[in-house]
Amino acid sequence: MAPITEKHTAAPRKRRSRQSLAPWLFLAPGFAMFLVYVIVPVFQSMWVSFFEWDGLSPKIWIGLGNYIELFDDEAFYTSLKNNVIWLALYMLAVPAGLMIALFLNQTVRGIRIYKSLFFFPFVISQVVVGLIFSWFYAPDFGLFYKLIEWVTGSQVAILADEHLVTYGIIVAGLWPQIAYCMILYLTGLNAVAPDQIEAARLDGAKGMKMLWYVVLPQLRPATFIALVVTVIGALRSFDLVSIMTSGGPYGSSRVLSYYMYEQALSEYGYRMGYGAAIAVVLFAIMMIFISGFIWKMWRDEQGAR
Amino acid sequence: MFPRPIQGLSPTAQRAYKIALPVMLILWLLPLLGVAMTSVRPTSDLAAGNYFGWPSALAFDNYLTVFKNTALDKYLLNSFKVTIPTVIGAVGLSCLTGFALAIYKFRANHLLFFMFVAGNFVPFQILMVPVRDLTVSLGLYNSISGLALFHIAFQTGFCTLFMRNFIKGLPFDLIEVARVEGVTEWQIFRHVVMPLMRPAIAALSVLVFTFIWNDYFWAMVLTTGADTQPITAGLNSLNGQWIAAWNLVSAGSILAALPPVLMFFAMQRHFIAGLTLGAVK
Repeated sequence: MAPITEKHTAAPRKRRSRQSLAPWLFLAPGFAMFLVYVIVPVFQSMWVSFFEWDGLSPKIWIGLGNYIELFDDEAFYTSLKNNVIWLALYMLAVPAGLMIALFLNQTVRGIRIYKSLFFFPFVISQVVVGLIFSWFYAPDFGLFYKLIEWVTGSQVAILADEHLVTYGIIVAGLWPQIAYCMILYLTGLNAVAPDQIEAARLDGAKGMKMLWYVVLPQLRPATFIALVVTVIGALRSFDLVSIMTSGGPYGSSRVLSYYMYEQALSEYGYRMGYGAAIAVVLFAIMMIFISGFIWKMWRDEQGAR
Repeated sequence: MFPRPIQGLSPTAQRAYKIALPVMLILWLLPLLGVAMTSVRPTSDLAAGNYFGWPSALAFDNYLTVFKNTALDKYLLNSFKVTIPTVIGAVGLSCLTGFALAIYKFRANHLLFFMFVAGNFVPFQILMVPVRDLTVSLGLYNSISGLALFHIAFQTGFCTLFMRNFIKGLPFDLIEVARVEGVTEWQIFRHVVMPLMRPAIAALSVLVFTFIWNDYFWAMVLTTGADTQPITAGLNSLNGQWIAAWNLVSAGSILAALPPVLMFFAMQRHFIAGLTLGAVK
């Protein structure tokens, strides 16, 4: 009997120690990569933002110098303002996506093909989307250009107009973003409880009332994801600005992400420190949202336990 | 079901819906249809000012011309060379990390998990200067492997979130039973969990493929020139060179869009499952 009891007491201990080491072995390669390429660089950027640095010669410590310069930088405020416009208008993708999802949520022949074709814009690279739209806006022959000329009688070159350019780019960005929100809502609508809808129908609810009081509360998870991806998408916008205008005309379509790139890594300059300072500001803005999301996920996580 | 099924409505309403569907679709995809049509438009049409009308002839040789006159073939090949290792690397690593975070209880579990999640939302610009420096000092600047290595690391964040949530949804009893049987942790991962992860791996692979194929920012930061740049960056320089040759730029754009689009159609169900599962469980 003795060996058996010994085995019984030894095995759990061995297993427990195995189990305390195992997660770290599984985590090590992925965690190391993530640490080196994502976590540490965030702090390195913050550090670099206190220096005047061209990327090659020795760094010169200037403390808050870069941030003080940002305060008086006209271009910085333009970028910041455009980021706010992006954020506000990008939100349209959420209701627009919901509308298209409601339109497509039927069971007729071929509806699945329709759904996937509506999703198309999201799968295509933003570079291609940017090219497509700049061609649509092109003066003299662009389709939008001609349309505006036909409707209003005046000629408007959207991407060359400093007051309209940001809106023109946002429209291009909304196209794939709406598609993204649409697919989230289509999946959400699939999961809406049919008996609740039926019960509400018996109570005489329909149309907007039904949508607002019965359907939307059930779509809350889809709405949450749609908001997250839309906020992040709006603040990360870089590709379209770069492709369609390179921040122009006269820097009027810059956003923080593009302005940072321009300062740190383009023919206009190699001001790594100043660029890093801009990136830190963008990061700080995004952190407000990111912490909000994480906070909500953490609460859900506690609830699940 | 909401809205009310169309079958319950009057025949006129049903007919109206069936007409509205294709009309809406054409309006929605108008930008894309325009490009597709231009990609087969003969150059003479552009010279004559026929930009949006019906092409006078179908010039499929635009596709040949764009291959012959530009480095498009190289750019496309580079995209595959960056994308495929990234998919394998990021999905592989996140199988491990996701397993660790989903199965084991240890103190830093939540902290690590949320670190992966938060890192995945960070703006690229805050990583740009240090990652570029690191790549230069590793001697990997302007190389396919330098770009792929960064992508693998960054995508591991999103992939870990995804895999962890997926594994969390698996029945934990399976693992308990295996442990009682004395199976090692690695064997549990390999022979119990991995086989159940197939749908997650498929979903994640298509998603990551699309993300990386469409990346533009890191291609601009970490590579220069046709020998290393992927198609997104290539298209941008193509656009600069051929500013008036819209038919050729369009042909290039269609080619650039094709692989993720084909991927999406081949694995549609996985793709959509991935999008919704990946974001939040």
